[in-house]
Amino acid sequence: MADAALPLAQGAQPPRGWWKRNQQTLAPWLFLAPGAAFFLLYVIFPIFQSFQVSFYEWDGLGEAEYVGLRNYDELWYDDAFYTSLKNNVIWLVLYLAAIPAGLFIALFLNQKVFAIRLYKSLFFFPFVISQVVVALVFSWFYDPTFGLFNEFIGLFGLGPIAVLGDERYVTVGIIMAGLWPQTAYCMILYLTGLNAVDPEQIEAGRLDGAKGWRMLWYVVLPQLKPATFIAFVVTIIGALRSFDLISVMTNGGPFGESRVLAFYMFEVALSEYGFRMGYGAAIAVILFMIMMIYIAFFLWKMYRDEREG
Amino acid sequence: MKSIFKASLAALATATMLSGPVSADGHAALSGDLKIFLDTSNPAPRATMEDMIARFNELHPDLNIETNVIDREAYKTQIRNFLTANAPDVATWYAANRMRPYVEAGLFEDVSDLYEDPEIAEGLASTKGALTIDGKQWGVAYTYYQWGVYYREDIFNELGLTEPATWEEEKANCQAILDSGRKCYTIGTKFLWTAGGWFDYLNLRTNGFDFHMQLAAGEIPWTDDRVKQTFANWRELIDMGAFIDNHASYSWQEALPFMVNGEAAAYLMGNFAVAPLRDAGLTDDQLDFYQFPVINPDVALAEDAPTDTFHIPAQAQNKDAARAFLKFVASADNQTLINNGDNLGQLPVNAASSVDDDEFLNQGFEMLSTNSTGGVAQFFDRDFPAEMAKAGMEGFQEFMVKPDQLDKILDRLERVRERVY
Repeated sequence: MADAALPLAQGAQPPRGWWKRNQQTLAPWLFLAPGAAFFLLYVIFPIFQSFQVSFYEWDGLGEAEYVGLRNYDELWYDDAFYTSLKNNVIWLVLYLAAIPAGLFIALFLNQKVFAIRLYKSLFFFPFVISQVVVALVFSWFYDPTFGLFNEFIGLFGLGPIAVLGDERYVTVGIIMAGLWPQTAYCMILYLTGLNAVDPEQIEAGRLDGAKGWRMLWYVVLPQLKPATFIAFVVTIIGALRSFDLISVMTNGGPFGESRVLAFYMFEVALSEYGFRMGYGAAIAVILFMIMMIYIAFFLWKMYRDEREG
Repeated sequence: MKSIFKASLAALATATMLSGPVSADGHAALSGDLKIFLDTSNPAPRATMEDMIARFNELHPDLNIETNVIDREAYKTQIRNFLTANAPDVATWYAANRMRPYVEAGLFEDVSDLYEDPEIAEGLASTKGALTIDGKQWGVAYTYYQWGVYYREDIFNELGLTEPATWEEEKANCQAILDSGRKCYTIGTKFLWTAGGWFDYLNLRTNGFDFHMQLAAGEIPWTDDRVKQTFANWRELIDMGAFIDNHASYSWQEALPFMVNGEAAAYLMGNFAVAPLRDAGLTDDQLDFYQFPVINPDVALAEDAPTDTFHIPAQAQNKDAARAFLKFVASADNQTLINNGDNLGQLPVNAASSVDDDEFLNQGFEMLSTNSTGGVAQFFDRDFPAEMAKAGMEGFQEFMVKPDQLDKILDRLERVRERVY
């Protein structure tokens, strides 16, 4: 080894050329290389692997058997799949409520009164605690016998509702739990955005007689556009990875009515009774396709904004 | 699918045969490393296991034992990884169909040779069947426990009720309990398996052990009229309002307070429920046990008695030491010790062991040894293949909440059955 390296090092010494000449162009790629390599290995490669596995029947241990499109064919007739898909859509729609809710709390907190920082941190608090803790707190809150929620609706003479045990309310119940931290997140995005709102434009708007809703809609909101965009992105991502809340609060139940695609995939392929890697991969592929719609939309939008900017 | 499994199994068998003679030459004293993976993560069983391993180490001081205790729930998914890569020498698991995927994938070592030793063969005869697949044994049991109805003796006394022996008495008792403003049974079906226990008992009592096992083996359609009869019996209790409300929101532990507070009178559960009930303040005067009553007098009584087991992974490094450890675990003295009330508080698997003097263990032992002539089942999620078990228990939970959906549920289970087997 050492013998071979020696002449090479001596030979490389005199012509101080290639590396020096290309240093500027190569350096960024070298810095990117570790990140890109891991991204390829742990993100891009598994995506294609999932596509491949979805054509097999495999329990993760024995031989994989090629079954063509049978997994997808089975998905087509699987009620549980449609339930999960429907819940995913509900999640995507209702979760967006975090954006206006966050905006209004931000507007409300954007004032200079005594100890406003304390109030702000209290509102931000749910985002700091773990999703698992949020889920536990809400499952006690919803508890049909001891929970505060039923004490509260009891005041209006409404009977006890087992939110997490009733297939009609369970998904909405979990989304409400998820909205608590998500609203806090959107709020903090808007609070920073509000700092950047130009006071002169507000002043000008006021001179022209704009106030209340019109002021918000035509003067403030356009300036918050970057914050809204980020809030939209993180909320959509949050809705699609709504796994931990479901796992802790209901474990997908009652009878699978609160599952979303990500949870169903986990259950089929990786959970205690799951041994169907191929079927799980097929669900993952469908979920990936749905996400691709959003990813394509964002890429297109970012590309357009870049060109305009 | 089956044939592929067989082929890989055969390939693996040749591989182990080739490596066999190499490890067989150092028989006399055990040495080297012994890596043990345990799923006994609760404090009491954990201490028992650690103590047992320490005693084994005293017998073989040259052995360097490394113990790894993994959370019980996490273990169920991790076992798939560690059996295929970096396997320990000994690992805990469960008997019957629950071990089938690993046996068929050739990941568990065939330990039939242990059962040739007369001491083990006679001592472990009762659990041998649960550890047999394709005529070979794949591990040894270390504990098992009875299932049955644990009930509040003081509530029964207050209402003048006695332990029911027949389905009619059971329903009459339940009506009396309901009339006193309580629920008959507490149950938490959030994690599904508790409903599997109810199905097991209702089906074992309605159609018998052999039918239950045929159903588990996929030989009988779920839409069969006899299966429907099981659900019809179940429905009688549901329509009476026998079970606590909102059970789908609770885990089995969260359902305990109903019984402790006297809002529900009984719990169909495994013997592991006794410890938390005692911890919650119920004395042995308030708590008692009865065998699930007869429904169809024409079928022999059969019970659920889940068995927990030790296995040797096929990729283990120190199989000699692992075999010695399994023998030690199953030995009569050790079985008496680890299953006593201070330790696991369950039933020993070795016939030569003695059962600790505990109200519930005595009743359970007597029930299983004299009054379970039909057979002993493991449990719904251990007797049925994983996929069928999952779909089944989900169906049971739905049935308990929406009994009118029964036909739809059974059609769904039937579709799963056609695919799984």
